[in-house]
Amino acid sequence: MIIVLAYCAVLLSLASGFVALLMNQRSILLKFSRSWFKKYPPGDAQYARLINSNLKERRFSHLLRLAVFALLGLSGLFAILAGISVLISKEIITDQIGLGLPWLSWHVRFDSLSGFFFLIVGIAVGAVGFYGPGYVHAYAEKQHPFAALGLFTGLFVSGMLLVLLADDAFFFMIAWELMSVASYFLVAFQHENPANRRAAFLYLLMAEVGALAIILSFGVLASFTDGFTFDALREAKLSTTWASIAFALALLGFGMKAGIVPVHVWLPEAHPVAPSHISALMSGVMLKIALYGLIRFCFDLLAEVLWQWGVVLLIAGTVSALGGILYALMQTNLKRLLAYSSVENIGIIFMVMGLTMIFMANGQPQLAALGFLAALLHAFNHALFKNLLFLGAGIIQHQTHELNIDMMGGLIKRMPQTSMLFLIGCMSISGLPLFNGFVSEWLSFQTALQVDVLDNGVLRSLIPVAAAALALTAALASACFVKVFGMMFLGRSRSRNSDKAHEVKDKGMLAGPGLLAGLCFLFGIFPGVIISLINDVAAQLLGQALPNDSALGWLWLAPVSAEHASYSPPLVLIGALIAVGISVWYLQRNPATVMRRAEPWDCGFGGLTPRMQYNCNAFSMPIRRIFAKVWIIDEQIDKDMQGAMNQNTAAIRYQLQVQDHSWPRLYQPIEHGVNKLAKLVGRIQTGNIRVYLGYSFVTLIIMLWVIS
Amino acid sequence: MNWLIAVIQTSLFAALAPLLAGWIKWCKCRLQNRKAPSLFQPYRDLIKLTNKQPVVAEQASWLFTIAPYIVFSATVLAASIVPLIAVDLPTSASADVIVMVGFFAFARFFLALAGLDIGTAFGGMGSSREMTISSLAEPAMLMAIFTLTMTASTTNLSVAISHVLNDGLVLRPSFVFALFALIIVAIAETGRVPVDNPATHLELTMIHEAMILEYSGRHLALIEWASQLKLMLYGVLIANIFFPWGIAETFSAKALGYGLLAIFGKLTVLAILLAVSETLLAKMRLFRVQEYLGFAYLLGVLGLLSYIILEASR
Repeated sequence: MIIVLAYCAVLLSLASGFVALLMNQRSILLKFSRSWFKKYPPGDAQYARLINSNLKERRFSHLLRLAVFALLGLSGLFAILAGISVLISKEIITDQIGLGLPWLSWHVRFDSLSGFFFLIVGIAVGAVGFYGPGYVHAYAEKQHPFAALGLFTGLFVSGMLLVLLADDAFFFMIAWELMSVASYFLVAFQHENPANRRAAFLYLLMAEVGALAIILSFGVLASFTDGFTFDALREAKLSTTWASIAFALALLGFGMKAGIVPVHVWLPEAHPVAPSHISALMSGVMLKIALYGLIRFCFDLLAEVLWQWGVVLLIAGTVSALGGILYALMQTNLKRLLAYSSVENIGIIFMVMGLTMIFMANGQPQLAALGFLAALLHAFNHALFKNLLFLGAGIIQHQTHELNIDMMGGLIKRMPQTSMLFLIGCMSISGLPLFNGFVSEWLSFQTALQVDVLDNGVLRSLIPVAAAALALTAALASACFVKVFGMMFLGRSRSRNSDKAHEVKDKGMLAGPGLLAGLCFLFGIFPGVIISLINDVAAQLLGQALPNDSALGWLWLAPVSAEHASYSPPLVLIGALIAVGISVWYLQRNPATVMRRAEPWDCGFGGLTPRMQYNCNAFSMPIRRIFAKVWIIDEQIDKDMQGAMNQNTAAIRYQLQVQDHSWPRLYQPIEHGVNKLAKLVGRIQTGNIRVYLGYSFVTLIIMLWVIS
Repeated sequence: MNWLIAVIQTSLFAALAPLLAGWIKWCKCRLQNRKAPSLFQPYRDLIKLTNKQPVVAEQASWLFTIAPYIVFSATVLAASIVPLIAVDLPTSASADVIVMVGFFAFARFFLALAGLDIGTAFGGMGSSREMTISSLAEPAMLMAIFTLTMTASTTNLSVAISHVLNDGLVLRPSFVFALFALIIVAIAETGRVPVDNPATHLELTMIHEAMILEYSGRHLALIEWASQLKLMLYGVLIANIFFPWGIAETFSAKALGYGLLAIFGKLTVLAILLAVSETLLAKMRLFRVQEYLGFAYLLGVLGLLSYIILEASR
């Protein structure tokens, strides 16, 4: 029964893709309906007229868009239902589909872990279902055909769902490739711009290199057992070395998709150029699918984890978290910034996964379950608020035609609802109490603080340092999102586009993010709901769950013991309401003190202009100066001097370029190497037919010699 | 009963914060050979401000007007977590020390947004600097606090303080590091010399003041009160974590009275120390603050490491 729900989700997303193809087939449909009505004249003439009028050009495309996204939304709903029901029933459902290789039909397995990620995908896709019709309306049909967008969106979503269902390496890779390739076409959707094509190519390249690494890692496992089903792979008995090699390959492959520093470079390129609801899905969900792959590989397929892998994950995660947020702080393109922030959040998740592995390998399964809980909760939360922020960015782009934060300002008055939703997203991602981001951060800290159960001195001193980095990351994230919200929504508008912007009219475009914002708040106040679900995942996968996660009652969060640490968001909320209520009541009772509006302080010179406000680069300048080594900074100030002895500055130009270290340090050497190699290989290609004949001859001789 | 004590304690916190500010000012004035204002001057200022009509910048949005309430409430909530005169509070259980740091972040988030809301250079300058300094200070503070929480193996402040109390007088190297780290952070976070100067009105050197430049009337009163509360809160944290003796462990009238006296005495001494250091030190350049806070961070990490290497039971 439950598996049928999951299949329905996959089929509905596929259906949404194929329905989108009808966009260009209006004439055929028209012909078909005419012949249909001729053959079977309907009893009700009005009915036929209704169908015919719906096939009129504009109405047709509108209805079709609605239908496509409704199917997608339904697929999300089914995914949520499937996920929740498998989590509640705690069953492991296996099945086989008669597709695929003749000797290896597709194996399907739907367990708690898949169910949990189904839930994540479902919520995100559901929100996109609301949001999509209004958003894609703006694309000109000729240049950006909806059929392509709809088709690849459907394929992309079904690919992600299939990855979660896969129970053999072959099926897994097919689903994985479906997901990667479909999303490549989505990134390349606005292909008229060469930069977009380049970004899409980079994405495809890295996705394929990553896929290669994943195949190899499966291959390592498969060579120690027979068969490609995950059941067979689980039986593989690997030596420590081979297990480590498999782990390294898997980390590279899944890490490339997840966006771990230094293989994160495709994220900030691909996310800004894809349509916003796609970048929301890519950033909010696809990265989580990569996380799922890693968890499945390390905790399920590999027989046991080593603490050294945990250390590797911890370090990679820490570097990604810090690097991601520092790079995010320097961005002025909103979606690029959000992409870097995804790197940060994935870094935090990996860090906590690392802790989980370390605890697991050191015989502390209960603490491992705590870390696992924190990591998955953060993955869930990140899916919520990052989706919310990307969809919000889409609304902003839709209304202002800008993505440059420095060109916005004052939108809080012109777009009150969007700004409220975006504010909730910013507060959640900054990890402020009462919102969901804080809960997972709190759990991560609690995990890291359990370090004194370990015996190993290196770990005991390494983990606190990682915790320190986590604290720094959280604080910088808060600074980053103050910058984002402050520059975009507050102050005075910095460009004409943002001055003329107004609230989005399409209610669905607000409903999608609104749903996510509501969930962000809800799970910030009642995290217990989702935590108990994840606890079941931990119980099934790690064989150990947190025993007393509700020792104090369902309002409380006490992961280790009530004595040790506890947090009760509902009580905190009540306290906050009381405090705000009292202060507002006390201060507003005096009618003489009604607010008055006046000009702001301008030092007595008058004439404040929007250009005098702080902008992005000004805001992040102290941080840029403090952490100067982290970026490659190219700062240029050109002054036009005039007057006697060139003393007066007539005009001043300021240019700033901040670049990622990974390009010149890692990728360019690789590129040079590949080019050099190609030239070397090119040397044997002389273009002379006689030489080629010679090659064939020598090859033949060698072959004959080998055979004989 | 427990909840009643918690509420009373939080009210005491809010009520006494201006007095502490007045006392620091008094000490500073005497040290600098000036005539001191009355100890109760901060109260008068607050009352005066609440009765004045607030003037708000034209382009300010709703966020600007609600920010003071949020800032104040978040700070009061943070204060409600910290044991002032008695341990074993129910509020300490409902929110631990990480939540307290979260409340500070909450208040700062809105204050910085309010600074950006009016669209002047001062507001932006203040917000930018505040966020920079706090993003360095917050991890340093967490490190110092983690040293404590690992020693007591809890993040619940009440339990942690009782643990230190029950351990008796033990000299822990980790605590010495953590104490210094916390003092440095406290000075930075509450905007005192040498990081920021609460008395300055020179635009280019302001941090906290630049952010709240546009506030007036009851809004300003709330923000001022919140920053006095924050100052007291850090004082109480330092006093009660590292020198918890005297704090009430039972809820008898006698114990509570002693607890009140004890915290009075501890804060009096701390305030004098702060006044002396503010008199002796000069404000430093903005771009030396990171070295100062980096030092705090380092102390915090050293504290944690020395706990793990030297003191942990294994």
